[in-house]
Amino acid sequence: MATITSSASLPATRVRASLGERIAPAAFLLPAVLVVLFVSIFPLILSLFLSLSRLRFEAGGLQVQFVALDNYRKLLFGSEQKVLFGTIATPSPIGWVVLGIVAFLMLASVYRAIREAQPGRAIVGRAIAAIVLIGLTYLIAASLLSPEGRPGTLVVTMLYVAVGITLQYLIGLGLALLCAQQLPGRRFFRVVFLLPMMITPVGVGYLFRMLADTNKGPLEPLWVALGMQDFAWSNNAWGARIAVMIGDIWQWTPFMFIVLLAAIEGQEVEPVEAAIVDGASNWDIFRHITLPAILPVSTTLILIRMIEAFKIIDLPNILTNGGPGTATETLTLYAYRIWRALDIGGSAAIAYLLLFLVTFFATLYVRTLRGRVSTA
Amino acid sequence: MMKSFFRSTSPFKPSPFRMAISYLILGGWALIILFPLYWLFITAFKLPAAVNNGPFYLPFVDFQPSLHAWEYVLGEVGNDTIRLFTNTVGVSLISATLALVIGSSAAYALTRFQFHPKVGTIFVFIGCVLLAIGLIVLGMPWMLAIAVAIALFVISLLTIARRFERALGNSDIAFWLISQRIMPPVAVVIPIYIVFQQLRLLDTWIALIITYVATNLPIVVWLMRDYFASIPYELEESAQIDGASRFRIFNQIVLPLSVPGLVATFLFVLVFCWNEYLLALFLTNARAQTMPLAVVAQNATRGPQWWYMSVLVLIMIVPVIAMAIALERYIARGLLVGAVKG
Repeated sequence: MATITSSASLPATRVRASLGERIAPAAFLLPAVLVVLFVSIFPLILSLFLSLSRLRFEAGGLQVQFVALDNYRKLLFGSEQKVLFGTIATPSPIGWVVLGIVAFLMLASVYRAIREAQPGRAIVGRAIAAIVLIGLTYLIAASLLSPEGRPGTLVVTMLYVAVGITLQYLIGLGLALLCAQQLPGRRFFRVVFLLPMMITPVGVGYLFRMLADTNKGPLEPLWVALGMQDFAWSNNAWGARIAVMIGDIWQWTPFMFIVLLAAIEGQEVEPVEAAIVDGASNWDIFRHITLPAILPVSTTLILIRMIEAFKIIDLPNILTNGGPGTATETLTLYAYRIWRALDIGGSAAIAYLLLFLVTFFATLYVRTLRGRVSTA
Repeated sequence: MMKSFFRSTSPFKPSPFRMAISYLILGGWALIILFPLYWLFITAFKLPAAVNNGPFYLPFVDFQPSLHAWEYVLGEVGNDTIRLFTNTVGVSLISATLALVIGSSAAYALTRFQFHPKVGTIFVFIGCVLLAIGLIVLGMPWMLAIAVAIALFVISLLTIARRFERALGNSDIAFWLISQRIMPPVAVVIPIYIVFQQLRLLDTWIALIITYVATNLPIVVWLMRDYFASIPYELEESAQIDGASRFRIFNQIVLPLSVPGLVATFLFVLVFCWNEYLLALFLTNARAQTMPLAVVAQNATRGPQWWYMSVLVLIMIVPVIAMAIALERYIARGLLVGAVKG
């Protein structure tokens, strides 16, 4: 990276320029690194320490007592186990089938890695992924897909992420495809569809609490027509969960929509025109031209939304207060509730559990899907 | 039926039938979006009785609109509202600008320079941070503990850390910066609270700004890195030959070319800061409170004060919506380029 200065410049300027050139990389990068170190890394280490200790507030300060893995033990095997994992019972037939399929796929993937003689690191990685995924599937099968079971905070969080993102993506894609047509007035739709993203999630929470009111809410005639005027969304476990999911979809579909729309409008017109001339159906055009073009964008979009969705708190907190019982409680809300009860160590332990979970899913997602999309 | 609509950038006008169906679906979704907003809007003009006695839809027809909520929010507690609003505007604008400046220069550095941070240095650094925390927990004053840790870090940097061979690359740094977004805020909010308490910065703009900049940096780096990578390097090379410094190249060539990306990222980060609730809840008390906290605060012991809440939410969304309408074209383009490579 040699600097070539024009002959007219004075030696002094040349010296200053080359010094600037030398420190430029660090000067550009360092502020970001320092901010992240100060606000993220340092607290993250302190948080790890907190999750391994118990804090007691006393007159004139707080007392820190190191308890090793006790907070995690309480969470995973002790008094908090029911909140985190829910009630575990024998899975229904569907639960067994799902568990069987996931277990088979995972073991097949590990077996293939061993057959192909992949490096040890890859085999260990796949084995870990297989164990965690089979475990989580068992948890889903034994709580969500079981007649006597009741999903805990962990499963509820994953449910919000899975259902929310799937529907947001599908609705967003559908709307983007419609909006990409040459329709008069589509700019209006584009702006309107963007609005929910701009509203504070707290406001969305209260807005949907008003809408969910079957008595005085604006949708009252609809509930009466459906014979549901005495039904309270927030008193029914599934009603409350669905209300949270609807709120989340309402708020975040715009994000999917706007980026997908840009991707669809940004693709080249020539292949589409050629396909139309060749007499290809709309479905063929979507399947073979549009979809491959927007697939890389889609994977990134889903990754971004997945990372954010795991941390959902505002909506369940305001809409249902985590209730009834803990039916709509997410991991973040759970950590917040524990923190409010001044069990700071326990709260930090939940936060760390969530961190592991998000990192696991993000890594798994990137490893499996992203690799495939970029090579295809 | 549906599949005939899966037509993308159609160079031709859709048939009238398809247009009708498209409008039906788009209009339906627009209704789903607009109806809750309409409800919010009219609730802001309702008397408590009109809210509590059942659904009323049309002002002047089935209920008498009233400005009582507006008078309360803008008049009676007007000074509080103005303070909350200025806090929100000030904190979000400063945070978003700082995040954009710091984040985009980091993103630029990661696309144009090669970095090789030594693994050993990082371990030494983490060791020193752990040492500082240990010392503080053991009761040493925090300033002294940090000074000791920094001194030790510099000494070991000059001696042992140089012996380590293994180095990381740019993608590792980028991943590290981006991975900060994976971290749930609850995981760090307690230590951040303790740190700002020690620095006596709780309930100030500075605490919120620093936290918001850090939590939103990953987004800026993520989106801007690919934006910069999409700008041809030849432009910069020729400027370099003419003797322009790195900073000048960045300011006068790269930044003007990335305006759509910058605008989209700025708006995105601004909205995140504007609407942020959890961190503001922990880090502020009275003076530096932001609007989302005020919205929640209307959930009083007598039940939610829907009318005040609606007014506050309306005040909050008007500026962002105005900006979104003005910048809508940029948003789509800007977010897209960032998302392509990820």
